[in-house]
Amino acid sequence: MSDDKHADIAAMSFEQALAELEAIVSKLEKGEIGLEDSIDAYERGAKLKDHCEAKLKDAQLKVERIKLGPDGAVSAEPFDPAS
Amino acid sequence: MIDTLPDSPSNVPVFSVGELSQAVKRTIEGTFERVRVRGEISGFKRHSSGHLYLSLKDDQAVLAAVCWRGSAARLSIQPEDGMEVICVGRLTTYPGQSKYQLIIDQMELAGEGALLKLLEERRRKLAAEGLFAAERKRALPYLPRVIGVVTSPTGAVIRDILHRLADRFPRHVLVWPVAVQGETSAAQVAAAIRGFNALPEGGAVPRPDVLIVARGGGSLEDLWGFNEEIVVRAVAESGIPVISAVGHETDTTLIDFAADRRAPTPTAAAEMAVPVRAELELAVRNADLRLLQALNRGLADRRKYLDALARALGDPQTLLGTATQRLDVAGERLGNGIAAYLRQRRADTAARAARLTHPRQLLQAKGRDLAAQGRALDQAMTAALHRQQARQERIAARLRPQLISAELRDVGERLRRASLDLHNCTGRRVQNAADRLAAQGRLLESFSFKKVLERGFVLVRDADDRPVMAAAATESGQAVSLEFKDGKITAVVGATAAPKRAAVKALKPTQGSLL
Repeated sequence: MSDDKHADIAAMSFEQALAELEAIVSKLEKGEIGLEDSIDAYERGAKLKDHCEAKLKDAQLKVERIKLGPDGAVSAEPFDPAS
Repeated sequence: MIDTLPDSPSNVPVFSVGELSQAVKRTIEGTFERVRVRGEISGFKRHSSGHLYLSLKDDQAVLAAVCWRGSAARLSIQPEDGMEVICVGRLTTYPGQSKYQLIIDQMELAGEGALLKLLEERRRKLAAEGLFAAERKRALPYLPRVIGVVTSPTGAVIRDILHRLADRFPRHVLVWPVAVQGETSAAQVAAAIRGFNALPEGGAVPRPDVLIVARGGGSLEDLWGFNEEIVVRAVAESGIPVISAVGHETDTTLIDFAADRRAPTPTAAAEMAVPVRAELELAVRNADLRLLQALNRGLADRRKYLDALARALGDPQTLLGTATQRLDVAGERLGNGIAAYLRQRRADTAARAARLTHPRQLLQAKGRDLAAQGRALDQAMTAALHRQQARQERIAARLRPQLISAELRDVGERLRRASLDLHNCTGRRVQNAADRLAAQGRLLESFSFKKVLERGFVLVRDADDRPVMAAAATESGQAVSLEFKDGKITAVVGATAAPKRAAVKALKPTQGSLL
């Protein structure tokens, strides 16, 4: 159920997720959220954090070079600038 | 010169390269012994030998020039790239490289460089179209997934960019190789920018989230391609935000005006494109930590508040405990109190009982007292009797019975005589009184009207039973009563004349004359 409630997070960009996470933290720190809601907010915050971490983990340098076919079609091939 | 090919169709003499070069040299140096030439300085270099190497150019041609150390020292200006100058010198050739060049003796400033002037004119024109307007600038994505780089696939630029990206936040990089110098450069750069924009979302080749157009430092001419209108328009029209990084920080090209961000170097462009992953990890960890702390503190605060309220409410156990304890203490004291009270009363009673004299003793004591008092009384009575007896005896001794007897006899005689006198006197007086009383009685009787009635008189009385004393006191018809010696009758006045006289006589019963 909570997965459905936070399904929108999956589509979020890193900065959206981080911004909402920080907003939730700020609200919680100011005590602006009631007890029940604060637990919901925490759950959402934790999910946002997971999402952010997943985005950060997905950090691999992959370098490709654009190659134009004879018909102008664009493709990519591995590229090593040292070579 | 001596040899000719046997089948040569021409009799034109054949020069050796050296001969020709020398011929050209003689011609050029003879013809352009002293010239004044105007152009913009480009590719200026001061060699360690002190010689100056540079080019003079306009928008059509380039002329290599050199200023030997001796002349260089005497120049009135410090030459630099982009400077529009007029140089005085002679042309010479350099047969070893098939080149010719100007040997500069003098140099003077000729005003704003023609290329810069052209650049400025173009900038004004494109700015007037709004291509450089601030509101066209788009924000760079915070964390791009794919970065497109338009640059030469060789050289330091792409390596610098990739290195810095790897350091900060490794990403998927698509390099679109282009010539960054030369006549075709501008067209290739523009095509690459448009090509990246033409990539469909979710296609086989991912569409970049940000573009970097980069080139290393170079002369104004080297960078000229990035001033071309086709490049400027491609950048301005790009749907993908563009970072320009062309030349060094002091170089300004028109692409910089159109780009969303201008980076001073390719490395700086990489820094603009991605955040530092470690910092983001820190930020996420930080936020996560604060999230947990904030939640826990919120819970702890509430728990503390709840505890405070609960304390204020009071623990029923404690309340009950206190009450129970009070009850216990009170009950204990009650038991003790009763016991103590009873003990006390018992002790009091015992003490009082101890103080009580037994009735037998009391009776004995009283008996003893009584006996003593009886004895005392006896003694006192005896003593009193003795004293009385003694006194009576003393008085009796003084008594003389003969005197009393004589006196008694005398008194007796006197009494006897007085009594006799009294008797005589009294008898007489009583007889007299009786006689007088009988006489008075008779007299009284003779006065009574009854005696008159017996003599035939009648007493007349009115209705009020009062005697009627005169005829005038009657009236006709008055009811009267008539008393005779033998009784009463009633009559009415005025009936007859006969009884009138009798009635008048009867009306004077007290008249003494009738006696």
